[in-house]
Amino acid sequence: MAKVPVQFTLNGSEKAEFVDSGTTLLNALRDKVGDTSPKGGCHQGTCGACSVIIDGELRLSCLTLAETCDGAVISTTSGLSENGVLHPLQRAFLDTFATQCGFCTPGMIMAAKVLLDHTPNPSRDEVVEALSGNICRCTGYEPIIQAVLTAARANSQNAA
Amino acid sequence: MELRKSYFADVRKDDLHEIGQPRPRSDSPGHVTGKTAFFADRNFPGMLHLKMVRSPHHHARIRSIDTSEAEKHPGVVKILTAKDVPHNVYTILILIQVGPEDETVLADGKVRWKGEAVVAVLAETERAAQEAAAKVKVDYEVLPAVFDMEEALKPGAPLVNEYHGQNYYLYDSGECRKVRFGDVEAGFTGADHVLEQSYQSSPIEHAPTETTGCVVAPEGNDRFTCYTNTQAMFFTLDNTSIILQMPGSKLHFVGGTVGGGFGGKVDVIVEPIAILGAKLTGRPVCFIYSREEEMQISSPRAAEKVVIKDGVMKDGRIVARKVTGYTDAGAYSRHSPYGAQKGAGHYPGPYTIPNVWIDTYCVYTNRTPSSAMRGFGVTIGDFALEVQMDKLARLIGMDPLEFRFINAYRDGDMKAHRQPTEGAALIECMQEASRAANWPVAEKYMAMSSYVKGA
Repeated sequence: MAKVPVQFTLNGSEKAEFVDSGTTLLNALRDKVGDTSPKGGCHQGTCGACSVIIDGELRLSCLTLAETCDGAVISTTSGLSENGVLHPLQRAFLDTFATQCGFCTPGMIMAAKVLLDHTPNPSRDEVVEALSGNICRCTGYEPIIQAVLTAARANSQNAA
Repeated sequence: MELRKSYFADVRKDDLHEIGQPRPRSDSPGHVTGKTAFFADRNFPGMLHLKMVRSPHHHARIRSIDTSEAEKHPGVVKILTAKDVPHNVYTILILIQVGPEDETVLADGKVRWKGEAVVAVLAETERAAQEAAAKVKVDYEVLPAVFDMEEALKPGAPLVNEYHGQNYYLYDSGECRKVRFGDVEAGFTGADHVLEQSYQSSPIEHAPTETTGCVVAPEGNDRFTCYTNTQAMFFTLDNTSIILQMPGSKLHFVGGTVGGGFGGKVDVIVEPIAILGAKLTGRPVCFIYSREEEMQISSPRAAEKVVIKDGVMKDGRIVARKVTGYTDAGAYSRHSPYGAQKGAGHYPGPYTIPNVWIDTYCVYTNRTPSSAMRGFGVTIGDFALEVQMDKLARLIGMDPLEFRFINAYRDGDMKAHRQPTEGAALIECMQEASRAANWPVAEKYMAMSSYVKGA
């Protein structure tokens, strides 16, 4: 099968891969690039564990073909901390016990990041809406919502 | 959080100071940075993908299996059938002498539930494995199936599992696990009221976000490293050792990181066949359930039926309780004989009742094999028992919480299965619940204690 070249920026680094046509971005990131922070929970766009940020928008990498990401700027949870310092969302997820098994966590953090990028001081309802595409089966939604609100408060205090 | 130390103050020696204090979880930093290594995050060069050909029938004889077309499919490396598995018939709890072995790793001559594994296909890519699996031809002779526990127990019902010879698990106590305490019929005769009710539940899927699976890497020295999300590492190691007839020293299991389990990952299903594939090909092998397989194939919580008959006095005392419990194991035992047995011990509930009769059946049907899930064997029973308690309280016109205080077990009370009660705290929990829920009860109940001096 003919391979398709694809180049994109992942967490600030240039990446170039040859993928089989039809390869999902999720599989390209995990199997080719080696970034396993996006998780494959359903491979059918229902669980949100594979969520990544493409050109500023929240996307399901399991439903996104890698070949459509040529030239894109992609962010994943593995690239969120800088120089070993956790992003406020990561810090808040830690401090408020918003992780249990951890499988949904990278996707949750991506969804939360897009929300806070667009809406720095969200209401609780806005947080719930923003996370509505991400399933946590350990049913830790309440601490997750609190973590996002905590991170938003930390951001606004830093900005002030 | 408030830690009330007034309870059992005269008998407790501890000085608890950790409870109520936050302590960081050791695994969270990995979770929030995406560094936690789940099994599927392991990738090895040349890794093969395993896909299962599954039975489309609930119950059928296999006349023949033709893998010739599948073998020719581009990318296919190996196809496994029952004859490739060294010890194909197993049962998980054989390790604790719960037998007979009753389940096939790959179906041999017969399938007993829709979705049962028949043929394993190993290929260079997931897609090739999937496409080749679709080319395996299995000729089935469909057999009558039974899906209802009471139907399955009737004479003349289709026999689900020949290894048992009847559609129930044979305990050393006979066709069911039995508890006999006091004289239950005399209890009913002397009761002011008798209430019999039936309760039933459907199977429940755990639906973890991470599906069941494993990645196996041959180490080149006859040893195999298996990265798995099993919740039962040593059950899996030992059963794999039995199934593959390999000493445990050849098997290196790496696990402990589970993307949601809830009891759904205690069965030994993916590891033995993946390791066998790695052994026979010399290649790393990845076997991950699709979401569809997780929902349809992995063991759910068992369907249960519970029939409870209680004799109760107008003053609130339960004087007799008879329970018949049915646990739907599906086609194979897995953990269900144990679940049904747990139910037998549990069914009187946390109540002291002088006359008890319990029968719990582990029943085989042509449904997806059930297994562990959060308190299996007692969770559905508790639902039934507590609904029954509310009905009994209503029947005699008593407050449901006060009714439970009257019957609550206390230290020293003999349980129906002959285990004296120790360390009971039901009364104290209910006293707290009464306060927290603002559901006041009479002062005499607030003055009660589970602790009986000298008990």
